[in-house]
Amino acid sequence: MKTTFTSAALALLATTGTAFAAGHEGATACLITKTDINPFFVKMREGAAAKAEELGMELQAYAGQVDGDHEAQVDAIETCIAAGAKGILITASDTKAIVEPLRRARDAGILVIALDTPLEPIDGADATFATDNFEAGRLIGAWAAATLGDEAANAKIGMLDLNESQPSVGVLRDQGFLTGFGIDVKDPSRWGDEDDPRIIGNEVTAGNEEGGRTAMENLLLQDPEINVVYTINEPAAAGAYEALRAMGRDGDVLIVSVDGGCPGVQNVADGVIGATSQQYPLLMASLGIEAIAEFAANGTVPEPSEGLDFFNTGVNLVTDAPADGVESISVEEGLERCWG
Amino acid sequence: MADSYEASASGADTRVAEFEQTRRSPLGHLQHLLHNYPTLVPIFILLLSVAVFAVVTDGRLLSGLAIKITLEQTAIVGILACAQTLIILTAGIDLSVGAVMVLSYVAMGHMAVTYGWPPSISIMAGLFLAMAIGAVNGLLVTRIKLPPFIVTLGMWQIVLATVFLYTGSQSIRSQDIDAAAPLLKLFGERVEIGDWSLRIMGAPTIYAVVLMLGLFVLFWYVLNHTAWGRQVYAVGDDIEAAELAGVQTKRVLLSVYIVAGFIVGIAAWAAIGRVGSISPSSFAEANLDSIAAVVIGGTSLFGGRGTIMGTLFGALTVGVFATGLKLAGANPQWVLFASGCLIILAVALDQWIRRISV
Repeated sequence: MKTTFTSAALALLATTGTAFAAGHEGATACLITKTDINPFFVKMREGAAAKAEELGMELQAYAGQVDGDHEAQVDAIETCIAAGAKGILITASDTKAIVEPLRRARDAGILVIALDTPLEPIDGADATFATDNFEAGRLIGAWAAATLGDEAANAKIGMLDLNESQPSVGVLRDQGFLTGFGIDVKDPSRWGDEDDPRIIGNEVTAGNEEGGRTAMENLLLQDPEINVVYTINEPAAAGAYEALRAMGRDGDVLIVSVDGGCPGVQNVADGVIGATSQQYPLLMASLGIEAIAEFAANGTVPEPSEGLDFFNTGVNLVTDAPADGVESISVEEGLERCWG
Repeated sequence: MADSYEASASGADTRVAEFEQTRRSPLGHLQHLLHNYPTLVPIFILLLSVAVFAVVTDGRLLSGLAIKITLEQTAIVGILACAQTLIILTAGIDLSVGAVMVLSYVAMGHMAVTYGWPPSISIMAGLFLAMAIGAVNGLLVTRIKLPPFIVTLGMWQIVLATVFLYTGSQSIRSQDIDAAAPLLKLFGERVEIGDWSLRIMGAPTIYAVVLMLGLFVLFWYVLNHTAWGRQVYAVGDDIEAAELAGVQTKRVLLSVYIVAGFIVGIAAWAAIGRVGSISPSSFAEANLDSIAAVVIGGTSLFGGRGTIMGTLFGALTVGVFATGLKLAGANPQWVLFASGCLIILAVALDQWIRRISV
């Protein structure tokens, strides 16, 4: 994974590098994120701001108040059109409803790039720069199965998901994990329809520590012998660990997660989380700004990665207990590249 | 001669003024009973929900582990609901309790872990912060005469924004708290003294549960057996009558908001232990959950009527629904659905009891 990621990034950097001295100076780029309260989006904003300053562009950043604040995003798009922006980078709260307002922006000659979250349909944006969330899930699933070895056949798995509305990021990670573990996912567009007896249950966490702890307690109530726990993100994993520790089960349960935030990677170092898939929001945003600069200079629209319908900004498995057949990076390297 | 006109009075009707006694229907008797003992409804609903879920889950709801988990999951919202009860008894409402709790524990955590202050000082400072915000709410309500709903709606957003601006939504890890300030996690520890430990049917429980129960007993006493407690009811029931009776209504109202702030600060300390880490994104709906517990507990949103123990039973009812439905394998959305039904039922019941005829 690391090699694909690096080469892809380098390929894009090579095309954007110094070739466009003129044409983008002073151009306006917009960044519209779901909220400012998530370190992931904060990092994204930092990456965009730094790159815009480097290229001499003006960045206008907008965010909704809470995840799901669709109206604020529509307002921001209209402001960007009025401001004569060259490009819009957006992590959509409502991936379907946002397509129509964005079409008006594209009609006005603005390059629209979806960051992190693909639109529905995905061609509602000119390009999508995102983490391959299915791959992120598959890596931790394959790692868990390889780490358990023969015992994987008798695993008791707890699934700690995001929320009931099943947003695509949660579904992709969940289904990727099960696929990597070697479990039939049935319908890959939703979680919870699997009938493999190794899955004890699905619970929702809202992606925070309190939710993770409560959800883990509820799973332990259903089966106190759970020994593999998938978590949607690292805060949920930290909460799950607390619940396990309170019941004296810490140490003999494999917890896997996705994100690669700094506290999360530190938790891998401390043995709270066995392995986590790390994504790169800062890179996502800085590549987006470069793409807008390129577009402003000569009208080039970025191409998707080979075999995918979006540009893959990369994902790496972070663990200090590498498993055979699953590529990973060390915790040390993960800490160097963590966000938040 | 002298008393002849007195004698003529002896034939007069000797009855004093009295209410006309009409025959009450069984329903009317029930209405009066509930009016006099408002805690009966939440107790009944709690017992009924325990009974129903015990059957539905084949008795698994009554295992030590299930009871322990229900109590621990209820503890933080329960403590917030204790504060919320005081405010609602004065015909107010506090939408900011959850956010203030988060701000308070974020402050405690950063002072103790990030800046290395002594844990006890950090906890005091967090408590003081929660009380100070309560005081601001109270001053805006009593001095500027703004409606509590608006004041606390504004405060909720201000505090929420402050939390996220300050923390960037970044948690402080459990392991870092253990290393720097384990005192912050006191209420997450098991109740153990020497060889003895507090167990619920074999399942060891944590201090947060004891704290919740203790606070409810304390405020039951304060509300029912102290002058301040009776004044809280008086102010909530009829603020003008209370004023005419010599109660310093503004001072009582302000003190209610400060005391509620103190309880919220205690909840913050307990929440660190319960969750394990300092998590700015947790408890997003704790304000509404606390209001739900109070309302299901039978306290009137119009103030002056309700009991603090009712709130405890209301919070536990929601907890029993949550655990019971999950044990029964139902979709978690049904917890929300059921809680919504209970809220409407409880308020409808309250209206009916208010319309008492005699």
